[in-house]
Amino acid sequence: MIRHDRPTVDLAEVEAALAGLALPAPPTLAPATLLAVGLADAYAEIASPIGPLFVAWNGRGVSAVVAAEEPSEFEERFFAQVGRPIRRAEALPARLARAIDRRLAGDRRIRIDLDLRGRTDFERAVWMKALEIPRGEVRPYAWVAAEIGRPRAVRAVGSALAHNPVPLVVPCHRVVRSDGLCGEYSLGGPDNKRTILAAEGLDPDELEALARRGIRYIGSDTTRVFCLPSCHNARRIQPRHRVPFRTAGESAAAGYRACRDCRPTSGRAVAA
Amino acid sequence: MEQMDDDLRPGLARDLDGTFEALVRAHEGRLYTIALRLLGDPRDAEEVAQDAFVRAYRAIASYDAPRIRELRLRPWLAAIVVNLARNRATRRRQPPSVSLDHAAPDGSAVADRLTTSAPTVDPAIAAERRESAARWAALLTGLPDRYRTPIVLRHVDGLSFAEMADALGRPEGTLKAQVHRGLAMLRTAHEAGLRAERQEMTA
Repeated sequence: MIRHDRPTVDLAEVEAALAGLALPAPPTLAPATLLAVGLADAYAEIASPIGPLFVAWNGRGVSAVVAAEEPSEFEERFFAQVGRPIRRAEALPARLARAIDRRLAGDRRIRIDLDLRGRTDFERAVWMKALEIPRGEVRPYAWVAAEIGRPRAVRAVGSALAHNPVPLVVPCHRVVRSDGLCGEYSLGGPDNKRTILAAEGLDPDELEALARRGIRYIGSDTTRVFCLPSCHNARRIQPRHRVPFRTAGESAAAGYRACRDCRPTSGRAVAA
Repeated sequence: MEQMDDDLRPGLARDLDGTFEALVRAHEGRLYTIALRLLGDPRDAEEVAQDAFVRAYRAIASYDAPRIRELRLRPWLAAIVVNLARNRATRRRQPPSVSLDHAAPDGSAVADRLTTSAPTVDPAIAAERRESAARWAALLTGLPDRYRTPIVLRHVDGLSFAEMADALGRPEGTLKAQVHRGLAMLRTAHEAGLRAERQEMTA
């Protein structure tokens, strides 16, 4: 008979066995951790009206949107500019991909976190204001400047939009020159800006033709309200009720009040 | 090991972003190991270890420099991972619907939980099972939490009783008793396993 009440294994043996239970971390742990706290980024390709794009992100939010290019070149430039390592991923995290789809489809309420570390308060204010412009509409640079309380900083607004690290996600393409022309675009040039605006249901040629004739505002002779030409309220006016104006003063003199949605007189003093 | 903390803390206080990767590299193995030995599942363990580092990063980012320089990184990080592993284990044990078993006052529900929360067989774990380490890992996950946590910190991670008291907020004397009792329970379970094997072989 084996006696069961007396231990046959030494406690030191148990301790030695336990000490052998330490394991190295899986190789994925450190990269995933650095990504989560925003000390490294990942990127993947998405489709857009202007072709494939690279979208970069980390645990803090979307950090870059650029036209797709040679991956090694993008990775080098990202590291040089942002100072963080970046690696390619199969695809965007499902939730982020869905959110970007909805944002591009015009849903402005969908929340997309952005990693805007190192950017100035002014730049952030410009980009957040651009986010308020509805899909299919545009606003002049001077309008953005006035709306963020810096009416004289029109040029700086243009510069901030040119440096938008996350174009399309922050729709800087919806901000146009104060003379009504489409203007420059950071994501691959002015033609892309027109393509994106057209994809959003706006006719850039028609808009520019109006601007060349000096028309800045459209009023309705039934509501006696005047708007920026791309405002959803202006686009609803039937042709026979549309009244073009060259200046806000002209519309005021005619007894029209400014639309509360597009606030056409924002930036008017500097733009004139 | 204490030397390692001393090296990292001034860097963390001065430049968190520039030093954090070194902290991760220095502690990733032990945080993963602690989580794995508490939870038994490698994927849960990796998630919990990552979450612990993220929380540590946010905490350090919110501390001023003197507080960071005084941090005892080894027990502090261990405390974070132990708490997260405990939360994860509690969530995992939540029944999908109301179950009367869990209200049993005689402790039978605890025994049920121990058997139902046995780790799922993963390829990585399956490979380990062939070795004797797997046997000890399984015995460890079967141990009640109040013994398992001190044993993992003392004998798998190698913390001192003073560091454990810091990490777990329990008196050193209590921890010593829990470790001693836990080791004896592991030995008893191990011997029972050996006897069962011998009986199988002679049957």
